[in-house]
Amino acid sequence: MEYLIIFFDQVYRILFLLVPVLVSVAMVVWLDRRVWAFVQKRQGPNVVGPFGLLQTIADALKYIFKEIIIPSSSNKVIFILAPIVTMTLALIAWAVIPFSATQVLADINVGILYLFAVSSLGVYGIIMGGWASNSKYPFLGAIRSAAQMVSYEVSIGVIIINVLLCVGSLNLNDIVIAQQNLWFVIPLFPMFVIFFISALAETNRPPFDLPEAEAELVAGYQTEYSGMMYAMFWLGEYANILLMCAMGAILFLGGWLSPLEIYPFTLVPGPVWLVLKILLLFLMFALVKAIVPRYRYDQLMKLGWKVFLPLSLIWVVLTASYLFYFNLLPVN
Amino acid sequence: MIAHSIFFYTFSIIAIVSAIMVTASKNTVHSVFFLILDFISISCLFIMIGAEFLGMIMLIVYVGAVAVLFLFVVMMLNVAQQKNQWFSSEESSKHIPVGLIISTLIFVELIIVVGGWKYKPDLFDINNSIEINKVSNTHSLGQVLYTDYIHIFQISGMILLVAMIGAIVLTFRKRVGVKTQSYIKQISRERTDGVSVLNVESNKGVKIDD
Repeated sequence: MEYLIIFFDQVYRILFLLVPVLVSVAMVVWLDRRVWAFVQKRQGPNVVGPFGLLQTIADALKYIFKEIIIPSSSNKVIFILAPIVTMTLALIAWAVIPFSATQVLADINVGILYLFAVSSLGVYGIIMGGWASNSKYPFLGAIRSAAQMVSYEVSIGVIIINVLLCVGSLNLNDIVIAQQNLWFVIPLFPMFVIFFISALAETNRPPFDLPEAEAELVAGYQTEYSGMMYAMFWLGEYANILLMCAMGAILFLGGWLSPLEIYPFTLVPGPVWLVLKILLLFLMFALVKAIVPRYRYDQLMKLGWKVFLPLSLIWVVLTASYLFYFNLLPVN
Repeated sequence: MIAHSIFFYTFSIIAIVSAIMVTASKNTVHSVFFLILDFISISCLFIMIGAEFLGMIMLIVYVGAVAVLFLFVVMMLNVAQQKNQWFSSEESSKHIPVGLIISTLIFVELIIVVGGWKYKPDLFDINNSIEINKVSNTHSLGQVLYTDYIHIFQISGMILLVAMIGAIVLTFRKRVGVKTQSYIKQISRERTDGVSVLNVESNKGVKIDD
């Protein structure tokens, strides 16, 4: 009985987190398409519901009622598992995101490592989908995406080390609280820029969307997918993008802290600030999609290994030396 | 406590079954996926004993990086070739004795380790362990790794670096005739380098020297 109460309590809390995340994923898809349209002087989805807000719901309904086609020469178990893996990994990472000092599902000691681990597992959904389809384009897309995600993860890891040097803890709430006086975006601005670009590459967003480059690979690893399975890939992708935005907001933009600790700002609760910061970062993601042309593949790898990795490593040395010299290292 | 043991047995059974499946499954790609499942369940076991840092690092390094490279290599193999019965073919009889010797060695080593572990001196007395509980896993690991064992830590880093450079040197091929792009060249190109305006006399034309 006691276990049942704990169980239902946890399920309630998980649902209270996941349902808003899924709804906001739907809204964010709409926002992405609208921003993209406005940059190109189009209207974008504006018919279904007020301002076209319900467009994604309509799309999702359409996907649900479409037939799921499984290619006969595919590896069926892995083919079905791939979108499930993508979706699950995109959602479980939200467990450690702190929405305020107390509102966090799992306040674990190694929160940032957990986030990093889950985002590094995200590549499996894509590789599995690409390989199991047993077709040329998906396989090429999967290989591209795996190489790309592994390379950019390295620089994201080094950037996280930069932040951790300033904080002295792996807990996400500690990282937020350490930014009370100064958001890390100011002292670590070059790292923020590199993090943002690496996040674009990590989530396969334009200008780094080579795994699904429609001009060369049809739709990359998603080519053989249809109906609900395609929609799950799609939802997982956008949930991952939101997660990367949340990670950026927590690491560099002070998470749930208000920008100024003065009267009218302190009235607004923490979660609202976090959501606003996530939205700001997402708006930047959407604008980049609309503005920047696609990279060539060798340029992408060159940028990751020969520019971002050395730069962020040098910055680690600089940060560590600065903190050590001025005796600012966080020691407890 | 019951919930704890339920979780423990779930993860251990998944780990053991997937470890068996790694060797038992006919498809190599399936083997790698079972290996990944094994890694994940073992890191879950690490987290359950309170070694959350080790568990997460295991996920990041083994599952996030090493297993991806495994998958890369295995996917490039032709799966259709694997269908012939490798175990019962003529060639396999040469490999079986070597494999048996190695696996017996590993088994003996495991028995020695587990047997010797029983007689190890107690590293922590109770007073010590209370103090350890105050600091987090990561802190205590760092305090040991960067003070007492700094030389060993640095040497292992150097070995990895040397191995990495060695691998790059061994696989590096200088290919001739590859057109590489030089950003400096492209950016520093001026209009006058590419275009020149000439006064062309009629009926004579210009000679373009290249």
